[in-house]
Amino acid sequence: MRAAIITFPGSNRDGDVARALRHAGAETVAVWHAEDSLPPGTDLAVLPGGFSYGDYLRCGAIAARSPAMDAVRAHAASGGLVLGICNGFQMLCEAGLLPGVLMRNAQLRFVCRRQHLRVERNDTAFTSAYAKGQVIDVCVAHGEGNYIADPDTLSRLEDDGRVAFRYCDAGGELTPEANCNGSLNAIAGIWSPGFNVLGMMPHPENLIDPLVGGTDGAGLFDSLCRAKADAA
Amino acid sequence: MKARVTVTLKNGVLDPQGKAIEGALKSLAIEGVGSVRQGKVFDIEIDAADADTARATLELACEKLLANTVIENYRVELV
Repeated sequence: MRAAIITFPGSNRDGDVARALRHAGAETVAVWHAEDSLPPGTDLAVLPGGFSYGDYLRCGAIAARSPAMDAVRAHAASGGLVLGICNGFQMLCEAGLLPGVLMRNAQLRFVCRRQHLRVERNDTAFTSAYAKGQVIDVCVAHGEGNYIADPDTLSRLEDDGRVAFRYCDAGGELTPEANCNGSLNAIAGIWSPGFNVLGMMPHPENLIDPLVGGTDGAGLFDSLCRAKADAA
Repeated sequence: MKARVTVTLKNGVLDPQGKAIEGALKSLAIEGVGSVRQGKVFDIEIDAADADTARATLELACEKLLANTVIENYRVELV
């Protein structure tokens, strides 16, 4: 698994996601946003969390128009894997690679806490190391993670099974208290129609080491490395 | 040429910031405030042969960057 991690001005989680990927056995390559191509042999392009361009205009809007994003778009179009976490999810929506928009959190506050997620399916390159319906404990840290889409888009996402993760409580129930930002249908992450592009607000890369309180995030990176091994 | 681009949320899109401002105005006892929606204004200097060209260029700028047309409308005025 060769992962290209793209750094934008204001990205701050690129190091963490690189560490999580290497921990799972991947090789990581740092790519600057001004590059117009990904390194040869890239299996996975990663858009890390952070505050690209200081969240100016709209979160992820300016990064979504960078040269590297054209390379990511081409990579996705040819079936390559793309993972966008937090600000990376906002970029994928702004770039039109995923539908919908991440609006200001409904309660108008930046939310930074541990958060349970329900894994909606495990037959994808991103989630095969989890069980379907498994509740995982990761982190959230964002001010604009309130997922909205028009009713047609939302029903298409649901009908196609393209919701990857939902905010839930420790028992896997979708309660209003567990929905940390007011997202429609408690959506925490979604896939593209080909299931090769995943955008998610929570940070699995935070929880890969028992030293920092949990390892539930490791499954996502293990799944990606396993997907590559299975394909080989 | 000077232009002003105004970007506003589409009807039906929830605007929690506008709601918070509305609440603050009401708490200041400012009379008669019904509802508040927050938007953005861009004052732009643009070189163009004529008004129609400037307008077309700015509309392209809105479509490509200034507005997210999933949730926002835009208006271009030459001033």
